[in-house]
Order: sequence, then structure tokens, then C-alpha cells
Amino acid sequence: MTDWPRIRSVGLSGLLVTFAEKMSEPANRAALAFRAAVEEQDWPELSETSTSLVSTFVQFKVSQEAITTMTDRLRGLLETRDWFAEALPAGRSLWHVPTVYGTDLAPQLEEAAEAAGLDPDAAIAELSQARVRVLTIGFAPGQPYMGELAPHWDIPRQQGLTKSVPPGSLVVAIRQLIIFTNASPTGWRHIGQTAFRTFCPGSDMPFPLSPGDELIFPSITRQEFDRIADDPTGGAEREALT
Amino acid sequence: MSGTLTILQAGPAMTVQDLGRPGYRALGLTHGGAADPTALHEGAALLGQDPNCAALEMAGSGGSFQADEDIRIALTGAQMQVSIDGEPVAWNASHLLPAGAKLAIGGARDGAYGYLHVGGGFDIEPVMESRSSHLAAGIGALLQSGETLPLRADKGGETNLTLPRDNRFGAERVRIVASMQTDAFDEATRQRFTETTFRRDARANRMGARMDHDAEGFTTGGQLTIVSEVITPGDIQITGDGAPFVLMCECQTTGGYPRIGTVIPCDLPIVAQAQPGAALQFEFVDLGEALAAETRHRADLAALPKRSQPLLRDPARIRDLLGYQLISGVVSATADPFEKEQT
Repeated sequence: MTDWPRIRSVGLSGLLVTFAEKMSEPANRAALAFRAAVEEQDWPELSETSTSLVSTFVQFKVSQEAITTMTDRLRGLLETRDWFAEALPAGRSLWHVPTVYGTDLAPQLEEAAEAAGLDPDAAIAELSQARVRVLTIGFAPGQPYMGELAPHWDIPRQQGLTKSVPPGSLVVAIRQLIIFTNASPTGWRHIGQTAFRTFCPGSDMPFPLSPGDELIFPSITRQEFDRIADDPTGGAEREALT
Repeated sequence: MSGTLTILQAGPAMTVQDLGRPGYRALGLTHGGAADPTALHEGAALLGQDPNCAALEMAGSGGSFQADEDIRIALTGAQMQVSIDGEPVAWNASHLLPAGAKLAIGGARDGAYGYLHVGGGFDIEPVMESRSSHLAAGIGALLQSGETLPLRADKGGETNLTLPRDNRFGAERVRIVASMQTDAFDEATRQRFTETTFRRDARANRMGARMDHDAEGFTTGGQLTIVSEVITPGDIQITGDGAPFVLMCECQTTGGYPRIGTVIPCDLPIVAQAQPGAALQFEFVDLGEALAAETRHRADLAALPKRSQPLLRDPARIRDLLGYQLISGVVSATADPFEKEQT
């Protein structure tokens, strides 16, 4: 048995179960599966759970006794199986999110393709067929960090920041994609534009995406984009993953 | 039908806040809510209502307001100059605001966030079970001059109550506990951190407060890039230039900068209310001490309604003092006692 997974305390908020030192697909899957298993336990002290890239966070009303109890419970649950071999939790969705690659809407496609060692057409072909998973949600509400792309997409963030990319921007770096929730400065390269809104506070589905969901970004033309730009779902389609 | 409060003139950063929106961390939304939740409890105690009633949070300075019917108000948090129709009234107290009277609230004197509470709370449409604006997430907006806010029905109660001033204003000592990345900083760095007196940077906001100091920055040494990890409000992250940054109620849910420790929840209002340039010093306490402090704090909040006292007016601050008959039956040595009867 290695040092992993590790259980650490997070101030007076709860406990963090971390599966690896670095991002990897199995560690992310383990964190997602473990969170689902914790939720199933119905521990009365539990107030909230979440995942980051490789960790499951378990929030509860902290006391000396609760920390001891919860640490024992989490350790017990960890020992029930090999979490790195565990399947992803049930109830996930597959999203098809139409995307314009390049053009003036997403001016850094060519630059990103070059960094990945591809010509722009090959890059679009790859990106529009890649199926990625929501590894975690963060930075802004509903904002997904998705991956992992093939190893040649392990391209660094740019040195300087892009002043602002609009909501719905698809950006790439370090084998991951992000769809921006709000206009934001970023060091990631802006390669595609979607009309997908990742946070809709007034609607009955304020957060369309959940950690573990999968996405495909089919390529559309500028004309098609203009048609769906004001669509509440941005032309996105959702199917249940079973 | 309940009343309304119109903002005649809005201060620079006024928002509606309640106790926040817990439960959405997994989806990227921090709980937000009042930067100084203790102030919400104080306002609720003064008005005899639920601490989750929505109030106005005023960063730096207030504004001027007018109600369309008589309403009860309470003023808590950072002390601000305040008057009703030109007559100064007490902070940290509840008052009757008569219909049409002008409530004028000025700049903060001893803190960063002042609160204006109304009987019943503001009747803003809740978004995901909370009335709190969360500007970083795009929920709600800064309040503007000319806006009229609806009020919920007030079940009524006393006014002219006051609470003793809490010691969180101008406090320097902030208790912190170790968190998941504290060990990434060596012992000497942690010690230097707790021995440093920081100054709250002027640019602090609801997302975070940078701490300035003159000596070299704090680093994790040879530590590799830390994988992005959960953030809780109060976490003290060390940014690229080595400066500590206390993450506040509207912070991100995850972040890649290492955290040297986390401010215990009951001391976070000290950081929120620290004025620009105010001195702050962080002190590690163990879990037992931190939990005891939290338990005491919760008991203090629960006891606030019992600590409300009738407001005694300070004669020195009554502008129309001479209009009051303060004593009667005085006889002047120089006046002719029969003069009045003769006329």
C-alpha cells in the first residue's frame, strides 16, 4: 500500500480524501466514484460533498469526536474496494455541444494546433470527435474542466493572459478543455466558441453539467452558430449514459 | 401589502445579502452571503427576527434611503455616520424610520461593511433558496440609485434597542488552524508567518483580502505545482509573489495555490471588517481551542436577543435639545414671578 489515498483535515470544514499527487484519469474516476459511495452512506453528520480533480471533499459539522468517527468511516469505506478500478457513478449524461472552431469567434485555434503539432484541419477533426469527461467543476459556477485529450494536447498555458474571452468559450491547455461560464481573462487558448450556458441561475436546471458527465463538441459553421446563438440550450443535446 | 425602501443615492458597493447559499460547492458555487455574518445575527436580534432575513450590505459607505410607510430598521456592522431627517441616530441599534423620512448613511469609521436591516427583511426573489447577491457568479447586482426594494411583512416589535459593541472591529489577532497544505510550508516559514504583522491591502473585496508586508514572501520551497484543490472560505492562499491572500465568502471553490492555514469561521468577520491598512496577525491554534472558540461564538450569537438593551439617548447628541422640557418647576432669581400673571 502506498501513501495514497490520503485523508487530510480541511480546517474546521471537514475531511479531504486525495487519491493521487497529480491529475490522472484513474485518480479522477476514483474521486468521483468515492464521492458517490459517500453520498450513498447517508451519514447523518454529512452536510455536503464535492470533488476536485483527484480528491473527494466531505464536509460535516466538525468536532473532535466527529473527526475521529468520520476518519474511521472514510478509511473503512476506502478499504472496501480498489477505487482506481471502480466504474464511474450512474446517472451521468452525454452532451453534444455544437462548436465553431477558429474564425474570429475563436482566434487561437491555429496557434493551439501548432503547439499540439497539428495543422488546423487535423486539430478540428480531432477536437470535434474527442469525447471528454467533466473532471471537476470550479473557478466559476457550473464551469467544467474536461479531459483528458490525447497526450500531444499537453500544451502549456500562454505566458500572457488573454484579456477576456466571452461566456461559452472553449479553451485548451494541459490536455484539458474548459467552457467558460462568464467572460474572463485566461491563459488558456481560445479554440472554439459554443452558445452553451454552463450556469443559468434562474432556470430549473441552473447547473446543466455535473462532474462525471461526458461531452462531444461537434464542429458547426458560423451560419449554424448564428442560428443557435440565442437558443437557451445553445443547441446542446443531452442523452443519459447507462 | 408591505412597504418599500427606495435608494435615493446608492453607495459604491451595496448588495442584498442573507446567510448565503450552501450546498453548491460541487457545482462551482461558494456559499457567499454576508461578508460579516455576525452583523446579520446582530440585526436579527435587534429586530426580533430570523438572521437569514435579507439585509443591505454596504461596503465602505452607505447611501440615502426613504421608505413609503413607517418601517423598523436596524444598523449593524462597521459604524457609519447615520441620520434620520438630519438628526443623528445611534449605530448598532434599531429605529423607527417614518414614512418619507430621509435615512442618510455615510462612510465607515471602524470597519469595512455596514448593514441596513429592515423589519421582515427585503423581499427579493430568491435564487436557489437564497436572496444573496453573488456578483462573482453573476447572481444579483450592485444596487443603484433610484431602485426601489420591496419589503416583506414585518411582524412588528420594538425599536430603540441597542447591542453592546462587539470587539471584532479593530481586532488584530486572527486565529487560524492547520489545513491540508500547511505541511507544505516548513516550520521556519510558518513561524515567520505567524510573527509577521500584515496590513490589509486596500483592494480587498468579497472574494478575498490580500495581506501586505515588507519582508520577503512566503513560499513552499521546492514544492512542485500543487494540483488544484478544494477551497473553503477563510483559507489563506499564498500566491505566486509570496503574498498571503485570505479567501472570503465569495471566493472560488477550487484553486491551485497552496494554503498555509485557514482562518476559523468565527474570526473571519475580523478580516472582513479590517479597514484598508489595518494590522492583522495570524496565530495557529489547535483543533480543541478552535472548536471551543466556535462553540462560544455560537452561544454568543444565540444570546444576542437577550443582550439587546433600550437605547438611551445621549443628551449631547440631541440637536434640538432646547426644544425639550428637561426640568420643570424652576424659579429664576431675576425674573419677576408676578409678571406672567399680570399679562
